Amino acid sequence: MREKPEPIQVIKTRRDGALLRLVDAIPYIKFMGISFERRGDELTGTMAYSDMLIGNPTLPAIHGGATAAFLETTAIIELAWSELWGKIETEKLSGAEIEELPLPILPKTIDFTTDYLAAGKPRDIYTRARINRSGRRYASVHVEAWQDNRQKIIGQATGHFLMPSKDA
Amino acid sequence: MEPALKEMVEHFATALPHCKALNMRMDLIKDAHVIMSMPYDERLIGDPATGVIHGGAISALMDSCGGASVFTHPENSSASVTLDLRIDYMRSAKPGERIFAEAHCFHVTRTVAFVRVVAWAGDQKDEPTATATGAFSFTRKKRGAE
Repeated sequence: MREKPEPIQVIKTRRDGALLRLVDAIPYIKFMGISFERRGDELTGTMAYSDMLIGNPTLPAIHGGATAAFLETTAIIELAWSELWGKIETEKLSGAEIEELPLPILPKTIDFTTDYLAAGKPRDIYTRARINRSGRRYASVHVEAWQDNRQKIIGQATGHFLMPSKDA
Repeated sequence: MEPALKEMVEHFATALPHCKALNMRMDLIKDAHVIMSMPYDERLIGDPATGVIHGGAISALMDSCGGASVFTHPENSSASVTLDLRIDYMRSAKPGERIFAEAHCFHVTRTVAFVRVVAWAGDQKDEPTATATGAFSFTRKKRGAE
């Protein structure tokens, strides 16, 4: 007989709990006002506008370094999340078990290249990352950032990351 | 560099809100050559397991420093924006240490400025945390207009 599907609430508690556990552990994410929303396993980042993100007060425009930082954060969270997703979904962890999980070891950035396509206006920025390749040691990730219009990206980045050793 | 320009750059670190939020400081300004730094700050930790500062905060420092080196180029005539910036991370910045960035704007055309940046922690200048290369928009002074 086929296994009965899990109740939706059990699934949501597990997935949202795991995402929160990952994101809440990182002080810099809070400092920058970054959060992540989940649809299935797809993540969308938001960097909520605040005055301290401004780099050019006369335009005004968001600091390019802040945009790059947000793109890099999105790439790292996407990689860590995809590892975590595999674990929690195979093992069907409960909310309580997720609370007990050790904090995931984060991938390390090897290099990160940001293209600036338009100035960041003083409002929220959104991001999504795509893992182009994820091997045993290295991963390559592409990230896009936009504001008003999903088709009109304001910045994009590609980075290579060193994945945490699996047998550690 | 013109005194008015020099004063503007000196206030760069405090006039730009994001630089101020990261407590950046201007350590050296010469023509097309700038050193900036920021203190270690627990709010900027990217890896809670090690206490190492997030690469993004170092990007912001290197981008600011690169931009300042373009701004102070003797042939510059206006504000510039980053076109692209590639950062290579050599090693983690030791927790607790101030982070420095040194930028050289080593070549300009009429429209583009090319920059190299090196970042290191504390007094470990010979063991860089990261290096970067960037292209910035540039508007060269008209000949004769001094």
